[in-house]
Amino acid sequence: MAENDLSRISQCAVIGGSAGSLKVLLPMLAALDARLAFPVVIVLHRKNDVSTLEQLLKERCPLPVKEAEDKEDLRCGTVYLAPAGYHLLIENDRSLSLDASEKVLWSRPSIDVTFQSAAEAFGPGLLAVLLSGANSDGASGLEYIRYHGGRIIIQDPRNAEMSAMPLAALARLQPDLLLPDYAIASAINHFLAH
Amino acid sequence: MTLSVTDEEMALLLYDIQDIYGYDFNDYAKASLKRRINRLFVLDRFPSFAEFRFRLKNDAGYFDRFIEQITVNVTEMFRDPAFYLALRNEVLPQLATYPFIRIWHAGCSTGEEVYSMAILLREANLLHKSILYATDINAHVVQQAASGVFPMQHMKQYSENYILSGGRHDFSSYYTAGNNKVLFDVSFKKHMVFSTHNLAAESSFNEFQLIVCRNVLIYFDKDLQARVFDLFDTSLERLGFLALGSKESLRLSPANAKFRPVSEQKIWRKMI
Repeated sequence: MAENDLSRISQCAVIGGSAGSLKVLLPMLAALDARLAFPVVIVLHRKNDVSTLEQLLKERCPLPVKEAEDKEDLRCGTVYLAPAGYHLLIENDRSLSLDASEKVLWSRPSIDVTFQSAAEAFGPGLLAVLLSGANSDGASGLEYIRYHGGRIIIQDPRNAEMSAMPLAALARLQPDLLLPDYAIASAINHFLAH
Repeated sequence: MTLSVTDEEMALLLYDIQDIYGYDFNDYAKASLKRRINRLFVLDRFPSFAEFRFRLKNDAGYFDRFIEQITVNVTEMFRDPAFYLALRNEVLPQLATYPFIRIWHAGCSTGEEVYSMAILLREANLLHKSILYATDINAHVVQQAASGVFPMQHMKQYSENYILSGGRHDFSSYYTAGNNKVLFDVSFKKHMVFSTHNLAAESSFNEFQLIVCRNVLIYFDKDLQARVFDLFDTSLERLGFLALGSKESLRLSPANAKFRPVSEQKIWRKMI
């Protein structure tokens, strides 16, 4: 966390989830390493209820959890949550931007939008995790991440409450790891780029 | 995966645009701007970046389309109803004390929020002494806003928003329906002035008691945000109000010191 001013953050994890992902996410965040040396950015499809999700995650996660704010600089060891009703983009200078433009695949926030901008900002320093969901958001974002050299984890569809989202991604690429829900936190904790 | 315009190519485009048309997009938030440019590049099926660039440089009509498509024009009437409730309860009673009320909608898009404001003012019996200045960088949407015509399909949603914002009348009494479109009460227009204005380049043109600029600043980088806050500061009377989008804040800007938040909603008041 102290390195922010000294050197540019080179790694980041992005997590996308839709229907059936919250119950995966809660234990996953609880199992994250409190000394995680990179930021974690989460995009979840949800209704417009404001602070309940943030509160839920805060109570369980050993790392600070906050709703992403416009033009905020990413900090290592912090978990950011895309606000309801806005796309969340990561700028090359490691700050966050919000965007209220049209929904993508009926979703705002869109997992694809965040994944694409993260792919360009972090290149091989990016770890992406795609969880349970009932639509195909995230698949095209993962292709960008693959193109830019990032690492990809997809929740095993046999283990996902809603398999459509992992399956849509698997139809387009092979992930580096196909994991059941309980194994994902450990993979994030051990993520080291290159 | 569609490959797209790179950072270097975007820099070239922005340079051309500034050079030829005088619009400066260099201080827009890059990730979002790049996404919009890529969207247009794909939408208009350019076979290569070179052809995209050539068209933009040589076809002023296409540049108009560029402005229309690059700027975000997602809006609605009584967007975030709790915000309009706060305007009704916390801001309008203050504005009522002025003999004449001037309001600026900066980045008004297709005008939905301007008409929402006019409805609030009429219900507070203040519209007769108010003028709403509505501006946007995009001439096309300003024209649309000035027409007072809106698509019928959204009226149910707007009516729900209106009620949540504390509205007690029949929302449909404010418009005449026909042909999948609705025309809002033309008497509203007497209190509205529409014009193009580029927040990134142009200066203050009046003094206001309320400036409404919602979901515009998120598309700017921090420096441009600070410059626009200065512009708003210059354009507000002492004790005037500044209203921003639900995820926008004065907090990171130097102008913050002169303002005080006055609501749970994103409303500030200029104190000095």
